[in-house]
Amino acid sequence: MNAIKITNFHKNYNSVEAVKGIDLAVNSGELFGIIGPDGAGKTTLTRAVCTLLVPDDGTIFVDGKDVVQNVARIRAILGYMPQRFSLYPDLSVEQNLRFFADLFQVPAQEREERLAKLFRFSRLEPFKKRKAEALSGGMKQKLALSCALIHTPKILVLDEPTLGVDPLSRQEFWQILHKIRDEGSTILVTTSYMDEAEQCDRVALFFKGEIVGLDTPENLKNHYPFPIYKIYGGDLRGLKSFFDTLNTVHTSQLFGDALHVSFAEEPSLTDWKAWQAKSGGNLQRWVHHSPSIEDVFLELLREQT
Amino acid sequence: MNRQISVYTDQLTRRFGKFVAVDGVSISVYRGEIFGFLGANGAGKTTLIRMLCGLLKPSGGEGSVAGFDIKEKSEQIKKRIGYMSQRFSLYADLTVTENIHFYGAIYGLAKEEIRQREEELVSQVGLDPYMNQMTKDLPLGIKQRLALGCAMLHNPPILFLDEPTSGVDPQARRGFWNLLYETVQTGKTIFVTTHYMDEAEYCHRVSIMDQGKIIEMGSPSQLKESHKKSTIQDVFIALVGGEKTDQKE
Amino acid sequence: MKKRHNRIFAVVRKEYLHIIHDYRTLFIVFLMPVAQLIIFGYALNMEIQRVDMAVIDRARSPKAQKLIEEFGGSSYFNLFYYDGRYADIETLFKTRRAKVIMTIPRDFDRRLLRRSMVPVQFLIDASDANAATLIRNYCNQIITNFNLKTGNRTALPFDLRRTIYFNPNMKSAYFFVPGLIALILIMISALLTSVTIAREKETGTMEQILVSPVRPREIIIGKVLPYILLSFMDGAVILAIAKFVFQVPFTGSLLLLILLSVLYIITALSMGLMISTVAPTQQVAMMMALTATLLPTIMLSGLIFPIASMPEILQYFTYIVPARFYLLIVRGILLKGSGFVQLLAPSAILAFMSFFLLNVAVRKFSLNLEK
Repeated sequence: MNAIKITNFHKNYNSVEAVKGIDLAVNSGELFGIIGPDGAGKTTLTRAVCTLLVPDDGTIFVDGKDVVQNVARIRAILGYMPQRFSLYPDLSVEQNLRFFADLFQVPAQEREERLAKLFRFSRLEPFKKRKAEALSGGMKQKLALSCALIHTPKILVLDEPTLGVDPLSRQEFWQILHKIRDEGSTILVTTSYMDEAEQCDRVALFFKGEIVGLDTPENLKNHYPFPIYKIYGGDLRGLKSFFDTLNTVHTSQLFGDALHVSFAEEPSLTDWKAWQAKSGGNLQRWVHHSPSIEDVFLELLREQT
Repeated sequence: MNRQISVYTDQLTRRFGKFVAVDGVSISVYRGEIFGFLGANGAGKTTLIRMLCGLLKPSGGEGSVAGFDIKEKSEQIKKRIGYMSQRFSLYADLTVTENIHFYGAIYGLAKEEIRQREEELVSQVGLDPYMNQMTKDLPLGIKQRLALGCAMLHNPPILFLDEPTSGVDPQARRGFWNLLYETVQTGKTIFVTTHYMDEAEYCHRVSIMDQGKIIEMGSPSQLKESHKKSTIQDVFIALVGGEKTDQKE
Repeated sequence: MKKRHNRIFAVVRKEYLHIIHDYRTLFIVFLMPVAQLIIFGYALNMEIQRVDMAVIDRARSPKAQKLIEEFGGSSYFNLFYYDGRYADIETLFKTRRAKVIMTIPRDFDRRLLRRSMVPVQFLIDASDANAATLIRNYCNQIITNFNLKTGNRTALPFDLRRTIYFNPNMKSAYFFVPGLIALILIMISALLTSVTIAREKETGTMEQILVSPVRPREIIIGKVLPYILLSFMDGAVILAIAKFVFQVPFTGSLLLLILLSVLYIITALSMGLMISTVAPTQQVAMMMALTATLLPTIMLSGLIFPIASMPEILQYFTYIVPARFYLLIVRGILLKGSGFVQLLAPSAILAFMSFFLLNVAVRKFSLNLEK
């Protein structure tokens, strides 16, 4: 059985189609990522899974139960961490946690053990007396996660948990998510950072309310059809104009100190030598570059249009 | 190569009481360069930028922006810099035209100039269908280009950008950076602060800041090679993460 | 010089756009004072109408009948005859059937003819002391009238009469409506500006305009100007209601009233701006603006409680309440027809307050940037 099964899910806001009929199945015990830019429909999808939105069309089953008909039962097995910081800023770390424990009626005998475990997980123990508003961005997110985990949910839904959090805390956050997954929970997480796709078991690439790609990050990258090279040189803009004239060049993009070029077919050493000569010594160095999820995403969008 | 310096600091320091937010920072940013400032929240990026923009007085050290001393000439500096923060720059409850005219006017541009710049912006960014819409209803990519346009209305030689492309789709992001590359081509200098490491890859040079100090500086490739990491993100984590896990004690 | 003017105007224009785009707030700005004025105006009415009065008429004579008619004819009383046992009259009060009981003695006519003192007894329910005082005053007034009509006056050696100036009918609306003008103007004005800077701090646009050549002073002035106009329009609506709904007389110069009202508005706006510079969020700013305006204006300005009857320490506090001075102005102009010369002192104080508050706002604002 799928932990989450979404079939032909549609949602409109006024006349705007936020989600345009998607199909998605999240396996039990999987860390599943929904990757897409702002406005792609990620929040709409997570809210619908959490029974906070009623689909305009299609069905969503969570743990085998329809989200429209089994609101209470689903909420009991679901942990949800919304995008906006949704804890009480004037309560301490521990008070927030205990409040959520009360809310989900965590039995008294399990409670202390739960709290101790969450404190260990999040390393928030030394800060448990601190008010939530005085925490750093990364710590706030860890506290919010802990609150979503207090009732040991089978399924955890996180909406952009790493938004605005600095890279170190983001990395730590993902490590925690891996641990939770390893203990058997299913996790559905959204993010707008393409590079975070690598942290997930499987990802769906979201764009304008549709899924443009769905697979493991490895497979997505392996199926990227074009060889990419990082090209270094004196005048990168000049190099870019030069490569853009070549038929074999698929795309080119300037970066800070290199030009990324994808080719329709693998260039031979003779090709490189010829280009080097033509560029008048401007072309200095080329390195093979493995595609990133961002490259894959862009290619999928290009194929669509 | 003799390059012109746009932003220069020498041992620039700022204290708040006992806390040292910026601790002896020395940098030189050259004309035509996109220079990235990376750091966690609270590393001192904001304080440094505020000093360079003339909003904060340094506690020690020297600094100049566009050739003007940051301690004495903050009025002169303000006329020569543009500032854009993707999330905050625009008034959400004003229309596109109203935003443009407001920002033009506070920089003291004449009506004619504003109108001319507005036309340029409209064609450049493709704003035509949005002119009379409230800014809050614009697509993110458009909003971001408009914010950049508003920051550049007075044609400043130096631009400060704060996390300019977070959350934008990759297409719009690449388009935006291409726009920035064109901009520096005309002799402007761009200063980017961010804690999104993939934005760092687009900069010509980056510096990594931690606890008020600059702990590493160089081109993205140099940094990755010298630390033997495949991404700037990994370089950053290796450099900053070794010391501690959270910046608040 | 020319450029600077331009920048202030840019801020003014932007604030104006914020105002007109947000028509819900605009609606509230105009509807709230109208509603408040009408609700407060009627609720704070100190007149009592149709007081239930039980009459125990032991005389049953034509003269007694005349006295009863005098009471019955006024709109203040609602009469009924009581012929139960005199010992049970307390129950009239307890069951709230009557608030006052008038007993006319058996020999009423005879004593009246002899022109001696006639003891008509009034028993008044004093559980609400203010109401009791009012009822007693009404009774006195009607008895006086009765005496006049029956020619009793000539018989008395003195005639003691109070004359009330400026508000001859003791209309409480005349007294309260000017006070409400003071209250509503300061509340709306301070609320409006208190959120403006806090809002920009919250959204982050403040950072953006601060890195531009605009100076803190220009931002503050640019933010005050459009709200002067808005608050002034609000004031005009309130004055119109005062005149046409509550029929408050406009004895003095309307122009003077308008000019001094603008001065008062500026004081209130400056107060709001000062709050805005220190408040971190819009919510805090609003709370601060309400606390700083509502209670002091109601309690300490002389709006309801006369300043002279306050404890001495509180009296000193009244000097920092702008409404105290505006009340002198608005009551003076509306009811007494005072001219500018008589109102010079309160006007000067308001001007000083505005100047002071605005300066503090600019200074605070510039200082906060350093953090």
